[in-house]
Amino acid sequence: MTTPLLSIKNLQVQTSHDHRALVNGVSFDILPGEALGVVGESGSGKTLTALSILGLLPRGVEIASGEINYHGTDLVSTDRETLRNIRGNKISMMYQDPMTALNPVMKLGDQLLEVLDSHKVDISDRQSHVIAALKDVGIPDPQRAMDSYPHEFSGGMRQRIIIAMALLLSPELIIADEPTTALDVTIQQQILALVSEERRKRKMSMLWITHDLGVVANLVDKVIVMYAGRIVESGTTAEIFSNPQHPYTAGLLASLPKASDRNRTRLVSIPGIPPKPWSIGNSCAFADRCQFATEKCKNELPTLKENSKTVAACFNLIGEKK
Amino acid sequence: MLTTLFGISIFVFIVLRVIPGDSITGSLGIETGALSETQIQALREYYGIDKSLIGQYLSWMTSFLRGDLGFAYSNGVSVLELTKAALPVTMELALVGTVLGVIMGISVGIFSASKPGSIRDFAGQFFGLLALAIPGFVLSTALVTIMANKFQYFPNGLEYMTPWQNLSTNLQQMLFPGLVLGIAVAAPVMRTTRSALLETVDKDFVRTAHGKGVKARTVQFKHVLRNSLIPIVTMTGIQFGYLLGGAVIVEKIFALPGMGRQILDAINKREYATVQSSVMIFAILFVTINLLTDLIYRKIDPRIK
Repeated sequence: MTTPLLSIKNLQVQTSHDHRALVNGVSFDILPGEALGVVGESGSGKTLTALSILGLLPRGVEIASGEINYHGTDLVSTDRETLRNIRGNKISMMYQDPMTALNPVMKLGDQLLEVLDSHKVDISDRQSHVIAALKDVGIPDPQRAMDSYPHEFSGGMRQRIIIAMALLLSPELIIADEPTTALDVTIQQQILALVSEERRKRKMSMLWITHDLGVVANLVDKVIVMYAGRIVESGTTAEIFSNPQHPYTAGLLASLPKASDRNRTRLVSIPGIPPKPWSIGNSCAFADRCQFATEKCKNELPTLKENSKTVAACFNLIGEKK
Repeated sequence: MLTTLFGISIFVFIVLRVIPGDSITGSLGIETGALSETQIQALREYYGIDKSLIGQYLSWMTSFLRGDLGFAYSNGVSVLELTKAALPVTMELALVGTVLGVIMGISVGIFSASKPGSIRDFAGQFFGLLALAIPGFVLSTALVTIMANKFQYFPNGLEYMTPWQNLSTNLQQMLFPGLVLGIAVAAPVMRTTRSALLETVDKDFVRTAHGKGVKARTVQFKHVLRNSLIPIVTMTGIQFGYLLGGAVIVEKIFALPGMGRQILDAINKREYATVQSSVMIFAILFVTINLLTDLIYRKIDPRIK
């Protein structure tokens, strides 16, 4: 068995002042070169999980317990300087909103060069290293882009710059926090293609956070589905898409629009809204919205168990029906 | 901008006319009663205040625009000469006050914002409130009393020296009044700095900077502070403007022959020309400072065109 590049064990994230659980007991591994997708609705804890890795949680939110192991270092308990040396160098992030993720009053060139200046790296010509990176992500006239400010670029171009920034030092792991959500559909496709090509070229691992199963389908090897701060199902992309075992995963898949659907039928949706992660007691968080829910689901918390196809936390697996 | 100046000119003009008494009663006092009606009339004619209000305003404005600021009735010295001597004093004082205030304000603001809710923050905010609450005249008199009585050090007791006559004496004379004004400026600058920093710290691009592995201190200065400068500059500009006009009492206590004193004396004597022209000079300076802050904005934020 290969040693994982990054291993998260029982991660708990909570609000700082009233200790409400936001992420509850999340564990998973990312193998070298592997692409992992984390799927979930807003508030499912997927972004907080991703931000926890580099210690970038917003003010008011903190890691309560758990381990994030990276090459034998626990990123949760390590000192700030060690973490800083990993950020942007060994593990880097691509952010959700390209309109706000770049400093509006700093030249793009300076923002990119800052990555190199912050780490002890052996690159003699930093200027041309950055220009090459910008060229790689398809920025026309990179020389001029270096001298420009973010507001002079469109959202798609800014996202390319953020990608170039994340790739500058060829990190081992890229954490992509829905980098295509804020973009037009056509631009989305270009960005997705660009990221997966760069990943293959550099043999990097990737953690792709998204609320859109359709986005990750062709992008990742494994999928983790999160619901109300917990993992409810995980498995290989193929199994998750063809044999979802958890009713929530099945519901998510059913709600994807299909290009083949010529009858213009109504899109399927899961009724209700997800509960707050901290409001769930001793029951399945999905019970209230689940068509298969039984009395047991409302009185007992299902744990993740391996089944023939995937790993799921459910008492009424879809495969066991009929 | 010109509209503002025009409005101010009308306002000063009218306010001065509304105050009871005129230049003649102002300079002669109760002895005006000894003058005959014809004498008063002759004097009014001589000073040009027998004309209609509109006539007076127009004649003042036309000469003001030509650069003729008029002269003081009581001693016949031209307002231009008075201003030439007084304005640099006030400007220097306001500048010293602003520089001291900005240094104090920004440092305490950074200190406070570095750990919101901590004792450090509390101390910073306490300083801010205290600085805001102490009236300038209390601080001034306290300083004068303590320095002169206890330490026998009071440079302002000497005759005023311009920087060109004696730089060291001049700076010593500016130190205490500058400090008093600086503390008044520091309070709002500190509060603005603190809240701007706290707001910027939560921005996405700050997270990006941390995510790049930039050192925390560098993030604070290159990303957070830089993006917080606009409200700080705005506040500083406003405060500098206030200092130009608000230094009246401080100038009086520290015996500095500045514009504040000049206007105050002129109001008492109903020196129409002196008051009107001096206020207009202030107005022009104020507007110029606003213009300068706008120019600084463009330097700070490339998005402002």
